[in-house]
Amino acid sequence: MYPVSYHKPASVDDAVKALSSGEEAMVLAGGQTLIATMKQHLAAPSDLVDIRGIAELSGIKISGDTLSIGAAMTHAEVAASKDVQKHIPALACLAAGIGDPAVRHMGTLGGSVANNDPAADYPAALLALGATVVTNKREIAADDFFTGLFSTDLEDGEIITRVDFDKTEAAGYAKFAQPASLYALVGVFVAKRGGDVRVAITGAGDDGVFRSEALEAALAKDFSEAAAKGAGVSADNLMSDIHGDADYRAHLIRVMAARAVAGAA
Amino acid sequence: MTTGIGARVKRREDKRFITGKGKYTDDVRTENQAYAAFVRSPVAHANVKSIDKSAALEMDGVIDVLDGHQLTGDGIGNIICGWAVTSKDGSPMNMGAWSALATQKVRYVGDAVAVVIAETQQLARLAAEAVDVEYEELPVVAFADKALKDGAPQIHEEAPGNLIYDWEIGDAAKADAGLAEAVHVTEMEITNNRLSPNPMEPRSAVATYDEAEDHYTLYTTSQNPHVARLVLSAFYNVAPEHKLRVIAPDVGGGFGAKIYIYPEEITCLWASMKTNRSVKWTADRSEAFVTDAHGRDHISTAKMGFDADGRITGFKVDTIANLGAYMSLFSSSVPTYLYATLLSGQYDIQNLHANVRAVYTNTVPVDAYRGAGRPEACYLVERMMETAARELGMKPAELRAKNFIREFPHETPVIMTYDSGDFDANLAQAEEAADVNGFPARREEAAKRGKLRGLGYSCYIEACGIAPSAAVGGLGAGVGLWESAEVRVNPVGTIEILTGSHSHGQGHETTFAQIVAERFDQPIENISIVHGDTDKVQFGMGTYGSRSGAVGMSAIVKAMDKVEAKVRKIAAHQLEASEDDIVIEGGEVKVAGTDKALGWHEIGLAAYTAHNLPPDMEPGLKESAFYDPSNFTFPAGTYICEVEVDPDTGTTEIVQFTASDDFGTIINPMIVEGQVHGGIAQGVGQAMLEQVIYDEDGQLITGSYMDYTMPRAADLPNFSVHHASTVCPGNPLGMKGCGEAGAIGSPPAVINAITDAIGNNDLAMPATPQNVWRAYQAASAKQAAE
Repeated sequence: MYPVSYHKPASVDDAVKALSSGEEAMVLAGGQTLIATMKQHLAAPSDLVDIRGIAELSGIKISGDTLSIGAAMTHAEVAASKDVQKHIPALACLAAGIGDPAVRHMGTLGGSVANNDPAADYPAALLALGATVVTNKREIAADDFFTGLFSTDLEDGEIITRVDFDKTEAAGYAKFAQPASLYALVGVFVAKRGGDVRVAITGAGDDGVFRSEALEAALAKDFSEAAAKGAGVSADNLMSDIHGDADYRAHLIRVMAARAVAGAA
Repeated sequence: MTTGIGARVKRREDKRFITGKGKYTDDVRTENQAYAAFVRSPVAHANVKSIDKSAALEMDGVIDVLDGHQLTGDGIGNIICGWAVTSKDGSPMNMGAWSALATQKVRYVGDAVAVVIAETQQLARLAAEAVDVEYEELPVVAFADKALKDGAPQIHEEAPGNLIYDWEIGDAAKADAGLAEAVHVTEMEITNNRLSPNPMEPRSAVATYDEAEDHYTLYTTSQNPHVARLVLSAFYNVAPEHKLRVIAPDVGGGFGAKIYIYPEEITCLWASMKTNRSVKWTADRSEAFVTDAHGRDHISTAKMGFDADGRITGFKVDTIANLGAYMSLFSSSVPTYLYATLLSGQYDIQNLHANVRAVYTNTVPVDAYRGAGRPEACYLVERMMETAARELGMKPAELRAKNFIREFPHETPVIMTYDSGDFDANLAQAEEAADVNGFPARREEAAKRGKLRGLGYSCYIEACGIAPSAAVGGLGAGVGLWESAEVRVNPVGTIEILTGSHSHGQGHETTFAQIVAERFDQPIENISIVHGDTDKVQFGMGTYGSRSGAVGMSAIVKAMDKVEAKVRKIAAHQLEASEDDIVIEGGEVKVAGTDKALGWHEIGLAAYTAHNLPPDMEPGLKESAFYDPSNFTFPAGTYICEVEVDPDTGTTEIVQFTASDDFGTIINPMIVEGQVHGGIAQGVGQAMLEQVIYDEDGQLITGSYMDYTMPRAADLPNFSVHHASTVCPGNPLGMKGCGEAGAIGSPPAVINAITDAIGNNDLAMPATPQNVWRAYQAASAKQAAE
C-alpha cells in the first residue's frame, strides 16, 4: 500500500472539507473494495476520509411508507434490522447474503452504492425498488444514479447520506454467486407495486446494473415463476468471462428471476 | 496404553498453532533486518533489453538493486532439475537454463529480473516499481498442445519445438494387439486441470550472512531443509554445506510447493552476502500465484479394450504434460515415474503402454502438488473404468471387481510391484457404508424435488515412499530417498527424537512420539520431536510423497532397535541376567518373571554416569540410523461420491462422500482422518472449483481468490471415512502412507457421480456450474434428438 493520510471527520461538512484537502482524496465507507485495491497498488488515493463516525449517516428509520437507511449502515446492520425485515424483507435478505461475515460487518450501503461494482447486490435493489439516493447536495432517483461500470451520477465532494426506499407490495431477490468471489454472477431483484413490476439485474450486464424490459413486461402481465422462466431474455449486452458466458448468464437471469418471484414477499 | 500405536492422541503441536504462538519464517526478526522485493516480468515472453535501476537506487532507504548479471557473475549456479528422464530414443531430456534472476530473457509472467534490498518491506516494494525494465516482447505460447505445434514460439534454445522429452513405458505392440482383440474399446480425451497449491502460509525466507564467520543461515518455508542445504551448496554455490545452516521452523502447509528451492531463497542468501545485511522476503498471495510451482496440467487420450467378459485386454495412453517455463526440481519425474507407473490402477492389465511428452510453455513452472502424477493417473484410469462400465452396460463396481488384482506381490507392466492389498474389502466396505443399494430410491426421491442424483466410484491405488534409493537412482533420480533419525535418551530418561522428516501440518510431533511411547513404554510428555534444522538433525530427505510414516518412522524404529539393544545390555549387566530375559514394560526394564527391575531413568543415568557399564561399552545412550526402504508402499481404497445437480443452474451439491482406505498400520486414526478430510477437500477443489487459467498472451487470469476458487467448508459434506487395512510387508511398522490418498482418489469419484447424474460422460474438471449445465444441456438435446 502506498502512504496515505487518514481523516475521520465527525460531520458531513468536515468530511467535504477533508475531501478537498488532498490531491486525490477518497471517501472510505467500509473499505471492502477500496482497501483491497490499495493493497494491490491499483488505487493510490492521497487521503482517505473515513465517514463511518458521522452520526447523520447512521441509523434506520421508517416514516410513513418510506424506509430510510443511513449510508454508513453495514450490511450486517441492515440484515439484522427489524424495520428492514418488516418493511422490505427482500432487502434484509439481500444484505444478509453479501460477501462473507467479515465483509458484512465492515462494508456499508453507501460504499457499495457509490462504488457501483457491476456485480454488487445493492444496485439491483435500489434500481428495482426505485429508491432515492440522498446526498449532502440533492436527491437522485436510482434510475439516474447508476451510470455504468463503477460509475455513478455523484459529483466531486458529494457524499451519500442515506437511501430512501418506498414500501412495495412484494419484492424478492435471488443471486447466483460467482464461485470464487461470491459476488453475483447473476442477481435479480424483482419489485411489484400493483400492476407495475420493476426487475433489475446485477452481475450480468456488460455496462453494470440494468433493468430488464422483457422480464418487467412478462411479470407485469403475470407475476409468476413460469412467466419469468418463459421471458425472452437476450444474451446481447451481457458479460462473458471465465465464470460464465453471456448465454449462460441469460439463462440464469430467467432462473433467478423465477426464484426471486417465488420468494417475493 | 492410551498414547501408543492406534491411539487418538490429540495433536501436541496444536496448542501453539491455535493460540497464535507458532513460529513461522516471517516471525523471524534478525538485527539489522533488510527486506527484499522482486522486480518481475509483466509479460510472458520477452528479451530483456535493459534494466534502469537509477530511480530506485536514489530512493532513501534503498540499500541496493541487484540483477541477474551480478548473480551469475558471482558464480551462483542455474536452478537444477533433480531427476534426469531419458527420451525413448535414448537422448537426454532437453533442459533450458534457469537463472534465479533472468539475464537475457523472461519466460513467464512473474519471472524475476532483479531484486531490491531496502530498509522496509514497503520501501522495497515501492522501489521495485521504480526499476525500469525495457522488454522486447516475443510471441507467447501458454498451452501445452499448442507449444508442440509447428511454428510455435521457441521458449528455450535447448528444447527444439519446446519438447523436453518424449518418453514411454510398457509395451506398445502388446497394447495395440490387446486393443485389436477387444470386443469393446472405450476412448476418451481427458484433461487434468492446472492447479495452484495455495498453502495457507505463503513462502518466506530470512537469509543472514555472517561476515566474521563466513557463514550463512537461512530460515525458510521448506518441506526438506537438508535437501535445500545440499542443493544450495552443491549446485547453486551459495556456500559449502558446513558454512550453511538451513532452518525450516513451523511451516503452514506445503502440498509439494515447498519442496523446491526457488529463485527467491537463492537470491536472498546471495543478496545477504552482497549487502552484508540480513535479507527477508515473504510472498504475498498475488506473488504466490505466480511463483509457487503449479500442479497437474495434462492433456491425454486413452483407449481401453475389453473382452466379452469385461476383462481389460489392452490399455494405451498418450499424454502431453505442461512443465511451464522452466524445469522445477522434480518436475520431470511427475508425469513419468510418478504418473505412468500407476496406470495399471487396481487392475490386472497385461498389455499397457503410455507415451508422455513434456513441454515448455510460457507459464509458471509445474511440479509436484499433493499426489504428484498419481492423481493424474487415477483420474484417467477411473474415468475410463466408469465410462467403460456405462458403455458395456455393467455396474461400475462389477467391471472393476472383474479386473481386480488379487494376488500379491503383483508385477505390473509399468514397473511397479504391488506388495499387498485387498481391493475387494475396500470396495465392499465403501459400498456398504455408502448404502449403494439404497441409491435408486434416493435418486427417485431427488427427481421428485427436481434434482438429478448421481453416484460415482473411484478405486484408487497410489505409490508412496519412493524407494529404494538404488532403484530410483537407476531411473534418473539425483538423490537417495532414504530417511535418517536419531534417538537420544537423556540421563533423566526423557527422550528426544531427531528426524529428517519435516512436519508442516502432518502432526509428526504427536505421531512420531506415539511410536516411541509404545516401544519404550514411556509417558508421551517425556518425548520430544526435533526436526527442521540442519544444525540439529544429522540429515534428512524431508516430507513429501506421503513418506514420513513409511520411511521417516521406519528410520526411528531402526534407531530405537539400536537403543533397545544397548538398554538390554546395560540392564542385563546391572541385574545380572541374560540379555534375552530383559523386557521393557510398565516404564521399567525388567528381568522377565522376577521382581528385578530398573527404572527407565535409572538406565539413562547409568549410561551417562558410566560407573557400572559392561566392559568395553561406550558411555551414553544415543543411536542414529538411516533407513532405505526396499520398495514403494501402495495405499489403495474405494471412494464413492453421491451428488445432486440442479438442472436449472448446473450447481452440484455433494450429498455424501464415502472413503474406505487401506493405509496399512495406522498410528493415530484421528490424524489420519484429518489427512483424508484435507485430501478429499483438495480433490473436490480440483474436481469442481479450482483451475489456473492463462489467456493466449500468457497472462494469469486466475491470479487472486476473486477468480481462483478455493474449496470452502460449505462446499463439502461430512465425510464418511473408513479403513480396511492390510499390513505393508515392506517396513517394520507395516505402514503405507495417508497424506495424498484423499487428493488422488476423490476427483474421479466426484466427476463420475456428476456424469452419472446428468447422463453425459463428456465433462471436464473443474465441473463448474456452467460446465455441468452445458454438459446436461448437450445430453438433453441428444436425448431429444433420439
